[in-house]
Amino acid sequence: MSELTELTIAEAARLLRLHSISVAELVTAHVERIAKVDPLVKAFLRATPEMYEKQAEAADEKLRRREGGPLTGIPLAVKDVLCVKGIETTAGSKILRGFKPPYTGTAVQRLFDAGAVMLGVTNCDEFAMGSSTENSGYYPTHNPWDLDRVPGGSSGGSAAAVAAGEAMIAVGTDTGGSIRQPAAVCGVVGMKPTYGRVSRYGLIAFASSLDQIGPFARSVEDASLVLDAMSGHDPLDATSSDRPNDVRKDFDKGVKGMRLGMPREYFDVEGMEPGVNKAVREAIKALENAGAEIVDVTLPHTDYGLAAYYIIAPAECSSNLARFDGVKYGMSVQDVDNITEMYMRTRRQGFGEEVRRRIMLGTYALSSGYYDAYYLKAQKVRTLIKRDFDDAFSKCDAIVSATSPAVAFPIGSKTDDPLSMYLCDVLTLGGNLAGLPGISVPCGTSQGLPVGLQVLAPQWREDVALRVARAYEVASGVMAEVASVA
Amino acid sequence: MPLTRAQVRHVAQLARIALEPGDEEFYAEQLSGILEHIDRLQQVPTDDIAPTAQVVEVTNPLREDVPRPGLTQEEALANAPAPVNGFFRVPSIQEEA
Repeated sequence: MSELTELTIAEAARLLRLHSISVAELVTAHVERIAKVDPLVKAFLRATPEMYEKQAEAADEKLRRREGGPLTGIPLAVKDVLCVKGIETTAGSKILRGFKPPYTGTAVQRLFDAGAVMLGVTNCDEFAMGSSTENSGYYPTHNPWDLDRVPGGSSGGSAAAVAAGEAMIAVGTDTGGSIRQPAAVCGVVGMKPTYGRVSRYGLIAFASSLDQIGPFARSVEDASLVLDAMSGHDPLDATSSDRPNDVRKDFDKGVKGMRLGMPREYFDVEGMEPGVNKAVREAIKALENAGAEIVDVTLPHTDYGLAAYYIIAPAECSSNLARFDGVKYGMSVQDVDNITEMYMRTRRQGFGEEVRRRIMLGTYALSSGYYDAYYLKAQKVRTLIKRDFDDAFSKCDAIVSATSPAVAFPIGSKTDDPLSMYLCDVLTLGGNLAGLPGISVPCGTSQGLPVGLQVLAPQWREDVALRVARAYEVASGVMAEVASVA
Repeated sequence: MPLTRAQVRHVAQLARIALEPGDEEFYAEQLSGILEHIDRLQQVPTDDIAPTAQVVEVTNPLREDVPRPGLTQEEALANAPAPVNGFFRVPSIQEEA
């Protein structure tokens, strides 16, 4: 029954409703798949039988009563930054080892309410800081298409789990590209919604003005169903919007008559791999053949995006991570003379190298005498980057480009050079700075490894991003596949 | 501009992160490298540009102040490294006189 781990939601929902399979069988197939391939992929940090056994039983009961929706009984993996009541949640960090949240975050709770079945907790870069999942405080995750390479990051475990058929869907978070970039290099669909579309309540914060929760799946339709279930206003997150949830509007209407913008700067970034460039241009050609008009647009401040991001995100992280002090939860160094020593030694030992580097960078940028030169300056440049997108969207309905300038890189090849790692996000972080929705959809290969097409849309136009991505799937016939994992 | 070792010590103190042998040199070199890239921001003219702190359309949403259940004391302390008699215990915060 290995094919049960290759289904889309629509296919699984049909079989479940016909009672050709049960949720218990579907979940067992995934648990067996995890047992078989995860010793190699290492997508998961923890299995959660205490969740999936009860949830599978409840979903089967619902289906027997002919109730439930499209997500009833669908096997789900959850990134280690999303709190689930009573389930160890550590943000990929040793500093939170053993932490069991007293509540479940809204986005995940909504998926549970829709009937999804949680298989386990997926690996990620510590506190979602990284582009390769090598910064996990536990172990690196491997790319299912080439086990010597990274799965991208920070949501690398979620992307790898879906790519390897270990989960049908997964949730991740995207602060600078942490859903879209791993989706691209693992050959699956990943989407970052508009800032404010999905409640962040119960998300362990990294950079609060940039973080968003979003879905991973093996089809655009599946991603849209998961996003639809998570979206909507939440009184527990004051930044969540009360706009109507219309993300699946006109989903299958195609791109005929739509204008798609190609930002020239995004095709000329440092490190753009020729094979990626070629695959993405062919994908855009397929959209043109499907009836879209391709227009040139410009995002003139692209060269400053990375610099602005690497002030704003670390500044916010240095503030958010102040709470990890050895007092309320997590690791605590106790053989100390005074409380300051406890804070300092706990944080030195509990945080990994990249997290400490970003806290230091953010603290410096916010410190007296440097605030104007760095933090305020970066916020002003953020305004210019947002205006670039506003101007571009006056000339097109959506922006198309590569998601990542390169395919998955070999494990260990960038760990000594943080800046080269940061450059992985150069095409995605603009979407976070401007609060835009963006999706990555598989569009062929370079060097035999997956390439992703990114579609960015104006704020609140997830429907446009999904519609273009879906039109690409239809036009190209390219769908995400499950990696066999040798 | 490059970061000096004295600045690294100052920032580490502000961030409450202890420095171990080798850390000062490590951070001075790595943060200087990142700041060298970040310094390109100074090339962008921004005199008349307002800063963007967030991109949310809602500002200061209000709600009725209605009490609702929160965490119990037991739940709040469940993850504490050193709870004592219903409190979070911490090391001394003042030097002895």
